Amino acid sequence: MNTATTPVRTIKARRSVIENIRRNLKTAPLTAWFGMIVILLYAICAVFAPLLAPYGESEIVGKAYQLSSPENWLGTDQIGRDTLSRLIFGARNTIGIALITTLLSFLIGGSLGVLAALKRGILDQGISRVVDAFLAIPVLIFALMMLAVVGKNLINLIIILALLDATRVFRLSRAVALNSVVMDYVESARLRGEGMGWIVFREIVPNILPPLITEFGLRFCFVFLTISALSFLGVGIQPPTADWGSMVAESKSLISFGRPAPLYPAAAIALLTIAVNFVVDWFLHKTSGLRDGH
Amino acid sequence: MVTDKKRVKGETLLDIKGLKIDGYSDDVWNPIIKGIDLTLKRGEVLGLIGESGAGKSTLGLAAMGFARPGCRISGGSIMFDGMDLIAASEEQRRALWGSRIAYVAQSAAASFNPAHHIIDQTVETAVAHNIMTREKAEADARDLYKRLQLPNPNTIGDRFPHQVSGGQLQRAMTAMAMSCRPDLIIFDEPTTALDVTTQVEVLAAMRDIVEQFDTAAIYITHDLAVVAQMAHRIMVLRYGNLVEEATTRAMLKSPTQEYTRSLWAVRKLQKPESISDDIALRIHNVDASYSGAIKVLDNVTVQVPRGRTVAVVGESGSGKSTLARAITGLLPPSRGEIYFNGKPLPRTLAERDKDTLRRIQMIYQSADTALNPRQKVRDIIGRPLEFYLGLKGADRDRRVVELLESIELNESYIDRLPGEMSGGQKQRISIARALAAEPEIIICDEVTSALDQIVQEEILSLLMRLQKKTNVSYLFITHDIATVRAISDEIVVMHQGKVVQQGPKSQVLSPPFPAYTELLLSSVPEMDPDWLTGLLAKRSKKAKVSA
Repeated sequence: MNTATTPVRTIKARRSVIENIRRNLKTAPLTAWFGMIVILLYAICAVFAPLLAPYGESEIVGKAYQLSSPENWLGTDQIGRDTLSRLIFGARNTIGIALITTLLSFLIGGSLGVLAALKRGILDQGISRVVDAFLAIPVLIFALMMLAVVGKNLINLIIILALLDATRVFRLSRAVALNSVVMDYVESARLRGEGMGWIVFREIVPNILPPLITEFGLRFCFVFLTISALSFLGVGIQPPTADWGSMVAESKSLISFGRPAPLYPAAAIALLTIAVNFVVDWFLHKTSGLRDGH
Repeated sequence: MVTDKKRVKGETLLDIKGLKIDGYSDDVWNPIIKGIDLTLKRGEVLGLIGESGAGKSTLGLAAMGFARPGCRISGGSIMFDGMDLIAASEEQRRALWGSRIAYVAQSAAASFNPAHHIIDQTVETAVAHNIMTREKAEADARDLYKRLQLPNPNTIGDRFPHQVSGGQLQRAMTAMAMSCRPDLIIFDEPTTALDVTTQVEVLAAMRDIVEQFDTAAIYITHDLAVVAQMAHRIMVLRYGNLVEEATTRAMLKSPTQEYTRSLWAVRKLQKPESISDDIALRIHNVDASYSGAIKVLDNVTVQVPRGRTVAVVGESGSGKSTLARAITGLLPPSRGEIYFNGKPLPRTLAERDKDTLRRIQMIYQSADTALNPRQKVRDIIGRPLEFYLGLKGADRDRRVVELLESIELNESYIDRLPGEMSGGQKQRISIARALAAEPEIIICDEVTSALDQIVQEEILSLLMRLQKKTNVSYLFITHDIATVRAISDEIVVMHQGKVVQQGPKSQVLSPPFPAYTELLLSSVPEMDPDWLTGLLAKRSKKAKVSA
């Protein structure tokens, strides 16, 4: 025993969370930095859209189909709204909705997946087979069908996409949780008399978090693309709300006249998808313990 | 025989000089092997011994000219039969592997492909290297099976790996390694995963076949008594350095280095037996089964006195871990009763109240899986304090530090994750977690089996000290007789779900023995190079008499 016990002792933490993050950032590769900066820029656009955008979201500022000019840097759309402003507001809507949808799908899919892994038996079988049935139907077609049934509004869109996406999250979280529930530390917690909440959120979830966070990044991209696709098809985010998918749809015919209008929102979608993937790749690499080249 | 060169016994086969190997971790190269010389003559068996992390496996693999991923050979030379393995191309080395240098790994079950017949895998190397035709190789494999004393040598190869026992599979892997009659064979802890009773057969078979073909061998193990049976010469390694090298007999007789002597000392740990009639836990006529058909526990009666240690011994499948599950309530007994402090214990976990749960704690074999890798020591030890005793915040942390000190660690460990500690330290944390609940009984399930001998001794003496201090009872499940000798007051011998014998240590460990206890006790390797030979002679004599 090295130290004598004094009546009052303060036990200090060794390394703070901030320090850990700083250490990790130091070793981040260029691609990850690129991804993080892009995501940060998008986030700034989304949060401060009203301050950044030169005009209002659905404000008509001039003639339709204008080319780039000092007043409208990226030109105007079919009814004369500023394309740049709509792109900036679009970030807010598209990313915000995709984020809410993904979070919801992880909440549903993740908790059901861990629960199924922990309880096994009939509960697991029941949920798994329902999920299998859902997975048999292509997402886009299923989403179109459901939207036709319940009506196309924002809340319905979010709920339907979240539910459909939750099936995939369920499969992953169940699979990774299965590896964790057989561990002695889970048995040890059960022997201690811990409740379900503690076992799920304190024993299992921290151990399956890395693959889930990675999956979160990827699923976010998919949801984002699905929303864009639905908007393109006219059942997603409804006008006059600015949204990249519908912006592509509205200006798509211009491409045949050699006009770049549909490329701006498309590029915004592509860039964010790539950036998120870069960051996810880095995170996956860090948490999987893979070491390159050695 | 496949090599054109004639094998001359006594000629130098392997010559390693000044070998240095680095391993990559935390973004830097750290030396694992720090300049080791090793020579091996044809027909000679060299034992490599040391704790985990000593570099013995790395050195063994280097003898094949192979560095594991994440390792690099940074200096020295490896000459195998006149060929420089470091300078050799990947193809040249690959041609040697399997045909002239073979490797037998620790876990046969993990090394065999479960989807193919054993014989197909045994002959694969010989056929792939175009050494023999398939028919010839299969006939040869059957011959090897026979030499390795496998039952039904003509048909056993047609089985799948899961259809034979662990000991048989380990021998089948030796047959695989021998199929090309290699010049050098490397055994990497081949019997570590086996029960003592099976270990004897496997050791005898391996020793025999290596002798028959004059194969040179490197035998890697952490068990001195085992290496004493197998090797002509022993090298003791520590931290990548050579500590001592001598012939087996010379080293056993008079080790020159302090470290080597400390390896010897472990087996001498012994606690005086003390008997008590104050029974804390009584398991009475308990049956238990997993699916209903086969009884894993069959009419088991065991008593655990307060403040004493009861060791439960037996080989794998004897039901000793199931006994722990029955006591903890994870597997409710199908018949019989368990009494705790004279009162019947509720059968299932769900029926037991918090205070009952607190009084019975458990320590697992592998601290790697028993400690949540994402929780810090503060939370691992702190949780039972908070959960059972309602300690919070600074009070809780202070108690955690007290517990850390009682297991001979200190405050600086409080923010560590399990991954940042050594195996022995992790096992100490498991012990502290159990102690935090202030239990009356701790079930220790093979708690030292995964540890090195020196660490084992430290953990065992820590457990003994803690028992003296807190008067806790241990139900100590193990397959290792040396451990049993070291810490038990009473011994329960289990075999196939039944209690074969129960009584005070002195009584169980002295004759007359029931048949199974005798088999178990006689199978424990001793530090005598003639032990295995003597044992085999005794057993075959007995077999003749009874036949």
